[in-house]
Amino acid sequence: MFPLVLLVIYSGAVLLVMATPGEGLESGEKDLPPEVLEQKRIAYNYDQPWFQRYFWTWPKRLIWDQDLPAHQYEDWTVVEIMQSALPVSLQLGVLALGLAVVLGIAVGVLSAARRGQWLDQLSVGLCLVGVSLPTFVVGAVLLIVVALWLRVVPVGGWGRPSQTLLPTITLALPYAAYIARLTRSAMLDAFSEDYIRTARAKGLSEWRVLLDHALRNALLPVLSYLGPAAAAIFTGSFVVEKIFTIPGMGTHVVESINNRDQSLILATVMVYSVFLASFNLIVDVLYGVVDPRIRVGARTT
Amino acid sequence: MSVPGSKVWRSFRRNRAAMGSMLLLVLMCALCFASLGWTVDAMRRPSLSEVRAAPSTTHLLGTDELGRDLLARTLYGGAISLSLGLLAAGLAVVIGTAYGAFAGYVGGRCDEIMMRIVDVLYALPYMLLVMLLTVSLGAWLERWHVVGTEWSRFIVLALAIGCVSWLTMARVIRGQVLSLREQPFIEAARAMGFPTGRILLRHILPNLIGPIVVFATLTVPQAILQESFLSFLGIGVQPPQATWGSLAADGVRLLNPIRFDWWLVVFPCTALALTLLALNFVGDGLRDAFDVRAART
Repeated sequence: MFPLVLLVIYSGAVLLVMATPGEGLESGEKDLPPEVLEQKRIAYNYDQPWFQRYFWTWPKRLIWDQDLPAHQYEDWTVVEIMQSALPVSLQLGVLALGLAVVLGIAVGVLSAARRGQWLDQLSVGLCLVGVSLPTFVVGAVLLIVVALWLRVVPVGGWGRPSQTLLPTITLALPYAAYIARLTRSAMLDAFSEDYIRTARAKGLSEWRVLLDHALRNALLPVLSYLGPAAAAIFTGSFVVEKIFTIPGMGTHVVESINNRDQSLILATVMVYSVFLASFNLIVDVLYGVVDPRIRVGARTT
Repeated sequence: MSVPGSKVWRSFRRNRAAMGSMLLLVLMCALCFASLGWTVDAMRRPSLSEVRAAPSTTHLLGTDELGRDLLARTLYGGAISLSLGLLAAGLAVVIGTAYGAFAGYVGGRCDEIMMRIVDVLYALPYMLLVMLLTVSLGAWLERWHVVGTEWSRFIVLALAIGCVSWLTMARVIRGQVLSLREQPFIEAARAMGFPTGRILLRHILPNLIGPIVVFATLTVPQAILQESFLSFLGIGVQPPQATWGSLAADGVRLLNPIRFDWWLVVFPCTALALTLLALNFVGDGLRDAFDVRAART
């Protein structure tokens, strides 16, 4: 199943790339002499028929030989670009996803436990604002207030822990807000169930009821949102990288798409697809951990 | 369901937040679209003597880095943002409804395969897809010279965003159709020998109006936000044209501690955030009014 999905995605991406007119080689200000253009075409394998290029030469050069060149950085191979930029983007994404989940669930549980009170109303209001503001505005405001006026953390860059603080928060906030909304409404649904009444009736402490009984069931909608959230966060990091000048995939992606750098586009799409598809696989497994009923059901069918 | 509209309307009217938001939305739309006659020219008119002027009586919201009036640009940007969101949401609704209704109605193996495809698409880095679609579709439109560059970008953005936002819609519609399919009136229609297309259009579709309206309302803010995301990366609308997102992105780019031109960010952002908030409130209100989760005939 997994390889088939990847093949389909790759074919789709190839189709899209091929539908774009131009090979993106003549992107300089001056027209290149025909001999140079011919040499470039050979270097990038454009002299081969498309089927051979996309489904044999490029995958082979990318994975096996690791010497597939990228258009706009002539002395860099795609693999080198990925090696330098991808870990940064993935770190940022993982940190933000983690923060979004933890913060979102915590706020959701708290506001469900105190429903109707000012804490609940405050968090519901903040969550609505959180999902309605573009990330780059939140990021820019944080950057100016925290980094430039208060001078608590550095303005940009990547590597030191203090540099990861603002980008992570910026990227995580909208998704934390959405997860908080999900958790809150799922918790409120759970409160009306019989097993919660039973748990209270047998004298468990309120927190025990909340965290052990209600939250466990409220986690399911959050889990099923994790897949789309991961997709959005890992691509959303492009914007955050631009604000905080983080050397991640963002600039490469935008430039490769603007320059029609087919090899880098295809490689990026594939890397992100593989990553997100495996992530979704893990989420599917987690389903069974959180809700044993699903595990049992899967075994009987 | 004799007159379903009136019941929904009554329940919606009791929701004060949703009603207020509705009012705000109507007002915002009226302002943005009614002022187009003035803004179309005013948003492009540079005045180099008033570059980045703070809000004053001549320019109520100040001017940008070319001295263009920010009020005109914000109103015009609003018209573009709203129409882009509506177009994209409309497209998403059409694709999602058709796909979900077909999968749910036909059922069986076909349904299974179609829903697996949706699962796979869910896991895609869809922002990358939107970027790819924007650039490749845009290149074709420009090559054919169908419309000017500005408008081709606008159309392409709406198409690309619409093409990736239909997944949730398809899932919800499929679920509804699965339960509708078993209802007696559908069985009756089938027994009378109506063709599948007619049953879907005349008997199933009217019963899906609730989820369709709700998800359309909730997709518009998503589309507007996605466009602002692309604008910030430089793949959004083409420069003299503006959306709330691109205006805010331009403002953010000009922000620095030495020249803090707050109005360039604050006004477009307020308009954007207010509209998105209102849309979300209305969407939530409609969901409660239509009682989508437990939709019954």
